[in-house]
Amino acid sequence: MALKLTDYRTPVFVDWCPGCGDFGILSAVQMALVDLQLAPSRVVIFSGIGCHAKLPHFVNTYGVHTLHGRTLPFAVGAKLSNPDLEVIAVIGDGDGLGIGAGHFVNTGRRNIDMTVLIHDNGVYGLTKGQASPTLKLGFQTKSLPKPNLNEGINPVALALASGYTFIARSYAYDVRHLKDTIKKAIQHHGLALVIIQQPCPTYNDINTKEWYGGEDQIDPATGKPVPRLYKLEETGYDGVVRSPEEAISKTVAALTKAQEWGDRIPMGVFYQNELVSTYQERISKRIPSYLVNPPAKQAISDTSGKSITSIQRMLEALKVTG
Amino acid sequence: MAGGAQGSGVDSAANIFGRACCYGGLHVYGKREYHSNIKGLHSYFHIRISKREVRADLDTVDLLCTFDAESVVRHAFEVVPGGGVICDAEALATRIFDIPTWPRPFVEEFKRALDEKGIKPVTVGDLLNELQKNNVKTYAIPYMDLLKEIAVELGEEKLSRLIRMINVLALGASFGLVSFDKAHVEKAIKTIFGEKPKIISMNLLAFGKAYDYAQQKFGAFGFKLESVPTEEKRIFIQGTQAVALGKLVGGCRLQTYYPITPAADESEYIEENEVLETEQPAVKQAGGSMLVMQTEDEISAINMASGAALTGTRAATATSGPGFSLMVEGLGWAGNNEVPVVVTYYQRGAPATGLPTRHGQSDLRFAMHAAHGEFPRIILSSGDIEECFYDAARAFNYAERYQTPVIHLIDKALANSNKSCRMFDTSLVKVERGQLLNEADVKNKEYKRFQLTESGVSSRLPLGTPGVVFWHTGDEHDEQGHISEEPMMRTKMYEKRMRKLETADKEIPAEERVNFFGDADATATVVSWGSPKGAIREAIERLDKEGHKLNFLQVRMPLPLPKKYIADVLVKAKVKIIVEGNYMAQLAGIIAEQTGINMDYFVLKWNGRPMSTDEVYEALQLIMLNKAPKRQVLTHGT
Repeated sequence: MALKLTDYRTPVFVDWCPGCGDFGILSAVQMALVDLQLAPSRVVIFSGIGCHAKLPHFVNTYGVHTLHGRTLPFAVGAKLSNPDLEVIAVIGDGDGLGIGAGHFVNTGRRNIDMTVLIHDNGVYGLTKGQASPTLKLGFQTKSLPKPNLNEGINPVALALASGYTFIARSYAYDVRHLKDTIKKAIQHHGLALVIIQQPCPTYNDINTKEWYGGEDQIDPATGKPVPRLYKLEETGYDGVVRSPEEAISKTVAALTKAQEWGDRIPMGVFYQNELVSTYQERISKRIPSYLVNPPAKQAISDTSGKSITSIQRMLEALKVTG
Repeated sequence: MAGGAQGSGVDSAANIFGRACCYGGLHVYGKREYHSNIKGLHSYFHIRISKREVRADLDTVDLLCTFDAESVVRHAFEVVPGGGVICDAEALATRIFDIPTWPRPFVEEFKRALDEKGIKPVTVGDLLNELQKNNVKTYAIPYMDLLKEIAVELGEEKLSRLIRMINVLALGASFGLVSFDKAHVEKAIKTIFGEKPKIISMNLLAFGKAYDYAQQKFGAFGFKLESVPTEEKRIFIQGTQAVALGKLVGGCRLQTYYPITPAADESEYIEENEVLETEQPAVKQAGGSMLVMQTEDEISAINMASGAALTGTRAATATSGPGFSLMVEGLGWAGNNEVPVVVTYYQRGAPATGLPTRHGQSDLRFAMHAAHGEFPRIILSSGDIEECFYDAARAFNYAERYQTPVIHLIDKALANSNKSCRMFDTSLVKVERGQLLNEADVKNKEYKRFQLTESGVSSRLPLGTPGVVFWHTGDEHDEQGHISEEPMMRTKMYEKRMRKLETADKEIPAEERVNFFGDADATATVVSWGSPKGAIREAIERLDKEGHKLNFLQVRMPLPLPKKYIADVLVKAKVKIIVEGNYMAQLAGIIAEQTGINMDYFVLKWNGRPMSTDEVYEALQLIMLNKAPKRQVLTHGT
């Protein structure tokens, strides 16, 4: 029987602020799971700490709400232990790029076949609106006593430099685009990152829904707002690496596109390269049985509780008498 | 003792030496000391050889085998009368205080020692001449001349390519002096250099040359090292290897680590042996493995291990003090989420970077209390290399039975010691997975991961089990694993977790938590934990011969502390002595807190070196003679 949207909902009250971009992200995640007909028991959603982190409690799959900034190590541990799991790691911009930046970068190096969604709203919402690592220099959101003295991290560029092999941006209020992007990310063979621009109606009074919608920039010809967000795929941009020779030029193109911010903000797939080996494939070269008999599936004892692991080879090498 | 600059082959010489002695049926205990340095600073391996089992280090040296001048001076006064010093003939002319690697505290200490003895040697040769008066013989070996001969025989033009064999020359001279069976040494050289035939033949040549040179030039040393026939199956193994093997047999299948001394050796050894053989045909066909992940930091290491453990894999991480400090937040998450994760904790000199390559035993209280809040945890403490093996395997049983983090405390003295051990008996390793369920157990049933139960233990399912879902959170939670801040649920869930510790305390028998050696009615009782075990046992044996009867209570599970057992022993004890490697007498404090019983005497040490049998013996002897202060601080070791 086909899985329906209701199969991915939980009875837990969704306690985000009214108008929060997280609602759109939640819907898009559930819709993507329906579209891909992923059995709830196969999916594990990991999250960190912050507003984003409550998401797993609202999705009827396995959910692991971890520590501030530490989502990726937990997710990696589970995925490597049982590669059959469909692992989605949901992180925040403060959580994932501030306190968890080291894990963000080093997870990129491993190209593990899993999906990372980053909720990017420029603020630490749950602690009442401090500047997050993606808030731009000089900006002063509502609850900041003074303008931000730090330059914002460019998550697309950081992900490119770190080795993510699928890097896309989408928008919390464009649920269809977001759902499609999440589906592509899940289907990507390797480590996928979706950066989700998300207004925080409570604490970010700069990057608002209206701001993203371009309501402050009216086209004199049409008298209509010019939305800041535009879709890369509609401009003929193609970030997919199809041969090893293209890897550098497509990286440079993506890095260039990543600089766009302000009046025009690109959405869609900046870069995708499925030619890079996944971590699972790298392990399999060293441990041929890894994918058929990964750590989580190995029997370790017989029915009487006797260990079945033989260390004879090692003991033989250490043996000195007898 | 073999000493030389780091990077000059001290380790391989010691390994060859130790293995060769083992092949000859002798028991071996080797202690490794090294600086936090890659090349150049002094390091040494002290090897004890005996017909009987040896369990600890001694202060004295019978034969000092040196590769460089510094090693001669460093250890000169440790050599016993009748002993000998093997050194480089060219080192004799070296002026003692010109040795560039001397640290100032050593120079001052050494000058004081010379003043006390009333001697004023200028060169290494002068110093050795002074030792001669004490009947310590010098065996100067012309390493370079021998290397030149070897170069000619091998047709090797560059002497620099052979310089690394000075260690084997020194080793050859040592064995020559004691006329040990050459065949054992040759076998050891072949084993250590594995599949490198050219290196093997070079080293065999060097060994033979130095062996013959020493015999011809110096004749008998006065002691012949005889082989002892033995039927017993033995291995020669380092502490970190024992832990690694325990984990493998115990069913650990994923280990994370961030490079740190002295823990990293364990993970590297596992990685070398990552593809496993199993005894069950079905599994054998598929093949087993243990995945080792080098992470970006220890924060990642513990959390990655927890992530793996949630999928039903037996998972562990290995670290030492600084790494464990970083793991603390993750430890709390594992405690709150009832994750069976194992942390192997190699203590070293602390705090901060402390003494990164030296011994320490000061992290018991930290391991017990690390992380904010209260949650159950189990702490094991191994006292010797055999225990390292069996405890490493058992740790997973406790972790899974009580679904909580287990910290396995080891220390640098155990990590970096090599010992000849009776062959490990893998049939003693039982795998107990506690209430781990599978798909069939929960089919068409309601399942609550954190169900409130009498014992505190809820049944557990791996993430990904079909037909079910549940949640985990670092927040307080309800039985499904969803966040709950309700006071009633908080009270119940908190108690449920804590009850597991009471359950563990009730269920785990005393014999898994303590060792007791000696007669119940002895005149004094020694209490300790960790690596001092070996020195204490040997010291007690010596005192026994002098008519002093002591017994020894070794605590192997500091948490939950088997307090009834301990109290029963201590109430009967006439004199209570704690021996441990820290300033605050941490175990003594914990015992006092939990039993109300205080120690009478404290024997403590924190100079970065393991306890030797000699100094423990001296300290205990003073107590038995009623001449000891309440608190004795041990300071031996170089």
